[in-house]
Amino acid sequence: MIKRTPLILGSKTYKDITDDICELVENWPPLRYFAGLMSAKFLFLFFILAQGAIVFKGMGLMGVNHPVGWGTDIVTFVFWIGIGHAGTLISAILFLFRQKWRTSIARTAEAMTVFAVMTAGLFPVLHTGRPWLAYWLLPYPNQRGPLWVNFRSPLVWDVFAVSTYATVSIVFWYIGMVPDLATIRDRAKNPWRKRIYGALSLGWRGTARNWNHYEMVYMLLAGLSTPLVLSVHSIVSFDFAVASLPGWHTTIFPPYFVAGAIFSGFAMVVTLMTIVRILVPKFKDYITLDHMEAMNKIIMATGMMVGYAYGSEFFIAWYSGVEYEQYAFLNRAFGPMAWSYWIMVTCNVFIPQVFWFKAVRRSIPLMFVVSIFVNIGMWFERFVITVTSLHRDFLPANWGEFHFTIFDAGALFGSFGLFLTLFLLYIRALPAISIAEVKPVLTYGKDGGHDGH
Amino acid sequence: MGIESLIEKISDKGQEGFAGIWEDEHQFVEAARKTREAGVEGFEAISPFPLHGIDEAMGIPRSFIPWVTFFAGLTGCAFGLWFTWWTSAVDWPIIIAGKPMWSLPAFIPVVFELTILFGALSSVGALIAICGLPKVEPPVIDATLSSHRFALFVPKKAKGFDQQKLTDLFKQSGATEVKETRF
Repeated sequence: MIKRTPLILGSKTYKDITDDICELVENWPPLRYFAGLMSAKFLFLFFILAQGAIVFKGMGLMGVNHPVGWGTDIVTFVFWIGIGHAGTLISAILFLFRQKWRTSIARTAEAMTVFAVMTAGLFPVLHTGRPWLAYWLLPYPNQRGPLWVNFRSPLVWDVFAVSTYATVSIVFWYIGMVPDLATIRDRAKNPWRKRIYGALSLGWRGTARNWNHYEMVYMLLAGLSTPLVLSVHSIVSFDFAVASLPGWHTTIFPPYFVAGAIFSGFAMVVTLMTIVRILVPKFKDYITLDHMEAMNKIIMATGMMVGYAYGSEFFIAWYSGVEYEQYAFLNRAFGPMAWSYWIMVTCNVFIPQVFWFKAVRRSIPLMFVVSIFVNIGMWFERFVITVTSLHRDFLPANWGEFHFTIFDAGALFGSFGLFLTLFLLYIRALPAISIAEVKPVLTYGKDGGHDGH
Repeated sequence: MGIESLIEKISDKGQEGFAGIWEDEHQFVEAARKTREAGVEGFEAISPFPLHGIDEAMGIPRSFIPWVTFFAGLTGCAFGLWFTWWTSAVDWPIIIAGKPMWSLPAFIPVVFELTILFGALSSVGALIAICGLPKVEPPVIDATLSSHRFALFVPKKAKGFDQQKLTDLFKQSGATEVKETRF
């Protein structure tokens, strides 16, 4: 019989699990945690400065102009929404597929989803140039008729998709955390900690009747999140695909965007899990090399899927016989912005091929480097789709360049500061591994395990 | 009124009863089965994580929440269809890109998202309502029950409550601690 590898290393008892996971919540964190938090906050300042200036002065500070009307804000929005998708894939889809290895990374992956969607959501709102009127995106009774939103527009679909995704992800994440918050409440010595976590846990008591309903709701939320996550990036791709612009108007976009989202999201999970393993060495027993290796395999598989999509787009452009379509793709690969296209192909298709080698799949430093390249590559993929399609279309009047400004840079790099600040605060304040979920898989793959089926 | 007295006033006092505490989950599930077979009704089994077989041991039926999800999802779907139709074709019809007033295919994404949103939020709402949450500072039998130990709690008002019988039953089935408590 093939031996199963244990999901949790070391010989641990239930109490050890509770102690390990609560450690960072209950104790003063190590110095390197503060170094990380300060760096993240410093980066976050650039976001505040750049976006503050843009809101104060206007969108002219960014690189968008005629003909490239969608720039860094939209590119980065799609990038962050895509990052979120891997979290839902791990927490919901792998749950439905009974992949037990997901349990110890699901909480943090779901947190990544929540923070990535929060970061993403700011960008289209700021891109409107008048974020204080963002509520116009929603259909609400108003004194202009009432004038309703145009439900035939993919941009309105996006408002519904992203806000539903954010709501359901936050609820799923929070409901998953309720029993663990009760654990921290019960362990708390400090009366204020007891009170705060007690309120957050809603007074959860863990009776068999409650668990019965709880497990059902968890499964239902996983079942609802699965079509939801696939719909969200499909709808994001409709923002492009429904337009008649060459390079955007393709039917391959929904699956291509979803595969790309999972690809970039898993790379971000690997990046973050490496950081978590460094910050909390005890978590190495829970987030094991086997977990990292499994994720690297998914990165390579989805990387080849996007590689296939790149090739397919070229083939269809040629096969369609439409010269504008053909030109759009030749222009991407050999035009003035060919550098961005080849960065994308190198980072997304070629570099992940190193994961054919087991030694690379299991090497933390190497996988960290590859995951960063994938993140870069996937940002450039959205850049290629958005900017290179817009910068030359049917008419000579619509030919121009995109000029990336320092404010674009501030918004882009600063958004990582926002994301990492939220993530590091989460690691400190909330249980980063699901305490209640890893206990049932404790004996998995170990001798004498009861639940190893 | 101070915050302390306010919390005291609204906090959950629970009810009096008798509890046994176990270290091993398999003995615990077995004990729950025996307690039920001894004719005790309305007792609670408290565990730090969901246990295999406890539902069968205690005779807990399958959760009915999927029905809530189903009907809430249908409601969301119906609301989405009605709302997109009413706003686009009735309240202020505007011709956009030569499309029909009621452009069903274009409305499907919004209808779908509302189906999911209603289904998800109602399921969670149902969970919170059924579990009687939120509870303000409910009594806790033992702080380890959310970490690594398991407890059965029989309220004094429960059918078949007999403290002496329960003490014997709990101890025989491996309980390491028995006590009178509130929950």
